[in-house]
Amino acid sequence: MHSFISRFSQTSAQSEFHRAQAFTTDEGDLASSDAAWGSQAGFGNLSHGIPTFAIPEVADPSAFLRLHTNDSENPDCRIKMNHGTTTLAFCFQGGVIVAVDSRATAGSYIASGTVKKVIEINPYLLSTVAGTAADCQYWETYLGMHCRLHELRNGERISVAAASKYLSNLVYSYKGMGLGMGTMICGWDKTGPSIYYVDSDGSRLKGNLFSVGSGSTHAYGVVDQGYHWDLSAPEAYELARRSIYAAGHRDAYTGNSCNLYHVEEGGWRFIGNYDISKMHYEGPGDALGADGTGYGYDIRVKGHSSGDN
Amino acid sequence: MAETSFGITGKGYVIIASDTTSARSIIKMKTDEDKIKTLSPHLLMSYSGEPGDTVQFAEYVERNIRLYQIRNLYALRPSAAASWIRRALATSLRTRKAYAVNLLVGGYDTASHDPHLYWIDYFGTMTEVPFAAHGYGAYFALSLLDRYHDPEATLEEGLATLKRCINEVAQRLVIDPGKYKVKVVDKDGIREVEV
Repeated sequence: MHSFISRFSQTSAQSEFHRAQAFTTDEGDLASSDAAWGSQAGFGNLSHGIPTFAIPEVADPSAFLRLHTNDSENPDCRIKMNHGTTTLAFCFQGGVIVAVDSRATAGSYIASGTVKKVIEINPYLLSTVAGTAADCQYWETYLGMHCRLHELRNGERISVAAASKYLSNLVYSYKGMGLGMGTMICGWDKTGPSIYYVDSDGSRLKGNLFSVGSGSTHAYGVVDQGYHWDLSAPEAYELARRSIYAAGHRDAYTGNSCNLYHVEEGGWRFIGNYDISKMHYEGPGDALGADGTGYGYDIRVKGHSSGDN
Repeated sequence: MAETSFGITGKGYVIIASDTTSARSIIKMKTDEDKIKTLSPHLLMSYSGEPGDTVQFAEYVERNIRLYQIRNLYALRPSAAASWIRRALATSLRTRKAYAVNLLVGGYDTASHDPHLYWIDYFGTMTEVPFAAHGYGAYFALSLLDRYHDPEATLEEGLATLKRCINEVAQRLVIDPGKYKVKVVDKDGIREVEV
């Protein structure tokens, strides 16, 4: 009776753990029998103890990281991490559009102009990279691994809601320790197209339209004005390109080129890579939805004048 | 702190209202976020504060209140639920990473047939009040409610008083909190209402 009470009277993670451990050792056969092969016999990760993660072995890991990487407070720090981006995603009648720039900066230095800021998790899921590039790339690739494990374990694709919650809970466990990511998990599942915004504060928001990164305000300025649900696919491509262009033009940390993806019921499709300088002067070329003229203000108003004569 | 929430009791009901904006620095990321959880058939909780902590804590509370109901076949009464929630926050306060969440807990006690409203802040301060507010909106609304709140107000009158609060904040606060979500709990349970 005592063990019965102690088994069900506590609610803490500790007691859950002890209970799971006692169960698996008492009735070890349950976990190691053929019937439960490859599973944790219904105990999930509890059968291996409380989940843990590794942190640097110094007194205050987040202060240590800040000391060496935070160049706004400490300009002569040794490690300058890649920052600054514009990413954008929206749902519309024809699915999900994802558009990003391709510039990576480390302080005032352009470290690369050909970065892939869309991570292809599986044929139905995309995630975007903004903030500390290393954190995004590592954890979103890690998320991809767990999405595949979910498929193997459950025999069906993970939903966008579940994938984003997995990432959200993961980064929340590192809150205050220096992670810096702002990402959108975009995809198509049983419920149709959806986008979740997840950041390293632990925020997770479902929505039809998000933009993340240092150039997001510039992108919002254009995309908010042109967005509506009944956009055709070519109109949507053009709106996304123009929004990333606007951020590339106004934000010093955004630029080089724009990568465009479209997610439909059958999975995602890469639409194209567009040079931002070329978009300014000539437009995106013969791309779907383009009207053949440059996006730049000077080009748009050429021959127009405010003068009275 | 730009997040604003109100709670008002009246004759046999509690109204809980919360703004629906999710902001990150100067950007509104979302304008239709529901920040009021239904914890049990007669219990509501609005939450605001540190991004991440809010939803994590609210879901923790939601599931524990549900667990209690599954184990005992009856739900916690509002005062007991509020005490449990306050204790969870107070325990968290003395840890390395405390939940920074402000709450309003409103419920209808089906045993004693009366409404209860609890104001809880992220330090774990709890007080039972006839009306309450969190965020910058509180600076305008509390004096207004001191003047206009009526504990015997009908639901229509209560909603009119809430409307006064919302309009006052919209008129005087530099940052307009935008739209509100409003939920009512009374003897018949919980429903959402338009204001």
